[in-house]
Amino acid sequence: MRNIIAFPLLALAVILQSSIVSQVKLLSGYADLPLIILGAWALQERVKSAWQWALLGCVFVGFVSKLPWPVYFIGYLLVVLVAQSLQRRVWQAPLLAMFSVTLAGTLLLHLLSFAVLGILGTSYSFGEVVRSITLPSLLLNMLFSIPIYTFMRDLARWVYPSEVYE
Amino acid sequence: MNSRSLQTTIIFLVIAGILALAFGGFFGSASRQFSSVLVETQTWISSRFLGIQDFFTAPRDIVSLRTRNVELEAQVSQLQVQVIELQQRVNETEILAALVNFEQANPESTYKASAVIGRDPSPFLHYIIINRGSNDGFRRGMPVVTNQGLVGRVDAVIADAARVQLITDPASKVNVYLQNADTIAISLGSVTGDISLDRISQDAIVQPGDLVLTSGLGGGYPSDLPIGQVITLRSLEFELFQQATIQPAVDFTRLAIVLVITNFRPVDISPLVPLQSP
Repeated sequence: MRNIIAFPLLALAVILQSSIVSQVKLLSGYADLPLIILGAWALQERVKSAWQWALLGCVFVGFVSKLPWPVYFIGYLLVVLVAQSLQRRVWQAPLLAMFSVTLAGTLLLHLLSFAVLGILGTSYSFGEVVRSITLPSLLLNMLFSIPIYTFMRDLARWVYPSEVYE
Repeated sequence: MNSRSLQTTIIFLVIAGILALAFGGFFGSASRQFSSVLVETQTWISSRFLGIQDFFTAPRDIVSLRTRNVELEAQVSQLQVQVIELQQRVNETEILAALVNFEQANPESTYKASAVIGRDPSPFLHYIIINRGSNDGFRRGMPVVTNQGLVGRVDAVIADAARVQLITDPASKVNVYLQNADTIAISLGSVTGDISLDRISQDAIVQPGDLVLTSGLGGGYPSDLPIGQVITLRSLEFELFQQATIQPAVDFTRLAIVLVITNFRPVDISPLVPLQSP
């Protein structure tokens, strides 16, 4: 039942992403708060609702963004998939797993964006876009991932108390 | 009068006489000596009294001073907040004043001001979100400007908000007119937010610094809205057209308030465009 926190949390994340995070630019790139939150949530051992959270994140971001919603749909589900597979393998080093998820998630989402922009007929210089958008975004995502992971770990303990889990 | 009363009266008269002589300055040095002793004595007593008074009252004063200090610090904090708020209002007022000047200089259009409340979550697209929508008469395709020039056009509308496609967006195309060169071109946005010009005739003589305005062709935007200035020109003999990069007139990183031109209806000319045969 406590999973209902996903609604206000993801809504707040999208609002913050649109109003503040998108203003904190490094070259032309900026962090992706919903992506980091979903990745950090899916990495928590007790969490069983990561897929639902990802779908909800798609709905919220798709409502605000002009980018076609399938990009977020596929991107966020892939992030959860990567996080859950890593969580089983790298469970002893959660921060390493978080960095890996952030890296993989950012690259996947940007690759999907490139593909969709190409399909829509937008011409761009791949090298320049990677240099001015993808790499700065990746760096910012990495920076944000540490505090967000800590926050989501505490949230997971609250949503899934150990008594209930065991 | 008995002898005791007489004695008292005589003593009073003598003392009064001595005082009168002393105040009259007839005792000279004796009076000064006496007064200096009095003053020194009073000074000594007073200083000791003040010392003792400080000893007993000082802790209470420190407490009251600390309380007062806290009160003043709180007051200073409040005043600082007020200063920040007032500074924000001054900034907003300056922006609004500039927009009002722009509106007065361009009376042919009807404007509605709107605040920028967000941007597209994707760094590959250049859209802003404004805090007014269909409830205020905003419709898709309406041009959005500031006092500096063209910002973009309304792309999607809900009741209380709208999404605006900036002219820096990679999907944005604006028909423009180069004033000095007296020629037309197309302004294109890009993923990185740069604006370039394409389809400039090879015959046109374009110089860096030339002003770029909307041409009004195609019916998507009103004419004569500033877009920017030419920075560099690329002209190759074997190409059909020249290209140029432009410096936007609007600072897109600092957009706070924009004006939506509500009396402009974009014209859909797509039915008039001939279909290309394969």
